[in-house]
Amino acid sequence: MDLIGNAAAARQALVTMWTIRRFEEAVDDLFARGLMHGTMHLSIGQEAVPVGACLALSDGDYITSTHRGHGHCIAKGARLADMMAELLAKETGYCRGRGGSMHIADVATGNLGANGIVAGGVPIAAGAGLAVKMRGGSEVVVSFFGDGAVNEGAWHEGVNLAAIWDLPVVFVCENNHYGMSMSVSRAFRVKQLSERAAAYGIPGVTVDGNDPQAVHDAVTDAVARARAGEGPTLIEATTYRWKGHSKSDKNLYRTREEIEQWRERDPIARFEQRVAATLEDQEIQSCRDEARDAVRAAVRAAHAAPDASADSLTEAVYAR
Amino acid sequence: MTAVVEQTRTLTYAEAVREALAQAMTADERVFLLGEDVGTYGGAFGVTGDLVHRFGDERIRDTPISELGIVGAAVGAALAGMRPVVEIQFSDFTAQAMDQIVNQAAKIHFMLGGAATVPMVLRAPAGSGTGAAAQHSQSLEAWFAHVPGLKVVMPATPADAKALLLAAIADPNPVIVLEHKLLYKQSGPVPEAATPARLGEAAVRRRGTDLTIVATGVMVPRSLEAADELAADGIEASVVDPRSLKPLDGKSIVDDVTRTGRALLVQEAPKTAGFMAEIAATIGESPAFGHLRAPISRLCGLDVPIPYAPQLERAAVPQVADIVRAATDLVRRW
Repeated sequence: MDLIGNAAAARQALVTMWTIRRFEEAVDDLFARGLMHGTMHLSIGQEAVPVGACLALSDGDYITSTHRGHGHCIAKGARLADMMAELLAKETGYCRGRGGSMHIADVATGNLGANGIVAGGVPIAAGAGLAVKMRGGSEVVVSFFGDGAVNEGAWHEGVNLAAIWDLPVVFVCENNHYGMSMSVSRAFRVKQLSERAAAYGIPGVTVDGNDPQAVHDAVTDAVARARAGEGPTLIEATTYRWKGHSKSDKNLYRTREEIEQWRERDPIARFEQRVAATLEDQEIQSCRDEARDAVRAAVRAAHAAPDASADSLTEAVYAR
Repeated sequence: MTAVVEQTRTLTYAEAVREALAQAMTADERVFLLGEDVGTYGGAFGVTGDLVHRFGDERIRDTPISELGIVGAAVGAALAGMRPVVEIQFSDFTAQAMDQIVNQAAKIHFMLGGAATVPMVLRAPAGSGTGAAAQHSQSLEAWFAHVPGLKVVMPATPADAKALLLAAIADPNPVIVLEHKLLYKQSGPVPEAATPARLGEAAVRRRGTDLTIVATGVMVPRSLEAADELAADGIEASVVDPRSLKPLDGKSIVDDVTRTGRALLVQEAPKTAGFMAEIAATIGESPAFGHLRAPISRLCGLDVPIPYAPQLERAAVPQVADIVRAATDLVRRW
């Protein structure tokens, strides 16, 4: 799909990127004002990856997500108000206040869950792919993870299982250059993380993760391969997180100049420039407004919702 | 009322497990097996046997040696609507898979506010007695019982091996089934029908008046053997087998102890922070406390890794003679 030249696609990509950005800015603000507790992992600066990837998916396709998963959740179609309610510890939140930011899932839209364990979702994605294959289905599973995940055993085991069984899984590494404070240059011997694919006998490709079209093209090809029964693909999307790892991050491990250089490559601003021939200024502004209004409405709805109640706390431990 | 006659045959514990797997797979096409060497090899302990010839290698799925990946794949398959049954070759190797068991399988239902379930089973041979030494002989039930969201069962008879596994497969939660490797070749009557047990229901294997022995896993047949010897010596012991540690049928245990006034708790696992501490507390916190004629007594494995040499291995965990001695002491001293 042409996200630049096709007005409808361009609009959808832009609105979704802005929605992710505005959602996380709202979260950042709520946090700063002491209205949100816990911790939070923001993906501001990385919006092109979930948007480009999820636009390559159909209803019924699955994703697994990460601790930095708001973008994946939104791009896969989750309801903003229910996400915000979860972060604000409300009964109407996706997890009724039990999960918070790191555990939001929306099974109805195929989101099998964010994950507080960095490579935790990788074998789970392989298993979902196995379920699809055993049922003879045509769905695919996109497994999102960061560069920090690919040195965990679960990552290797999950990717290998998907590879040997030709499972319909697309592994999307959001290489934002830091696993907490550990830079990729210190954590890997390989030049590009996509080289890891060779070890599992699957295709690997590195794309510009700040370009939704590049991500989209790579994921679209991988999805086609997966649907054709040809197995998984590893896609490395290079991007950058503008904010710290979490709320405890003092940013001691990187320079202001480095952050500034990446801010100049803002995926949203760049995309707006590239779609200027497709969308008029007024249309672009309306995309921004739409995202802002949707997030504002979500914050309002979440604030108005009842707090999560401890009355039923022990009930959801076991399914009946 | 007509009596229901259950058709039973004599099967080994391993055959009973296999029959449960076959019946569950026949009844529900979502059920499938995955694990190391479960296919043509037939399982490290021969449990899966010929299932691959009956159900094919898609549903009896051999995996590489990747415990974490295997359990993770089962979690994902369960989330996506299947009913996976994982075999981990030795329960010790669950240590490799602990993140997926503890942080994923056990917690997903809760973390998602009940929006998704993880109906999977993890079967693993547990316990010592085969000379396999410290990394292939542990009794780890307390690890799992401590984690909210997991269920834990320990079948002690062939009939229970079948009925508890069927219950585990039918359950919408992750269930850990700890089979004892010394029991695989034991025979006993097993109903033909695919009737699942009710999880959280203990079995009173023998009813006595002088003390209650609560035992799990291979300690159940050992306690029954000890009870026979005790009876010859004039001591009548009850033997209660919890069968399901989580959920735990505390009531059956408490009721029996209330009747006998003495409790001897027998487990193969090391004593410290073991599951029998939980049983002791269950009794201690109950009205049975007022009926105790003696302190609650625990007979457990030593706090040592399981050693290799057969005489050392035997010394590390309770044997029949140890149970007889501990029960006699408890009754005679108090």
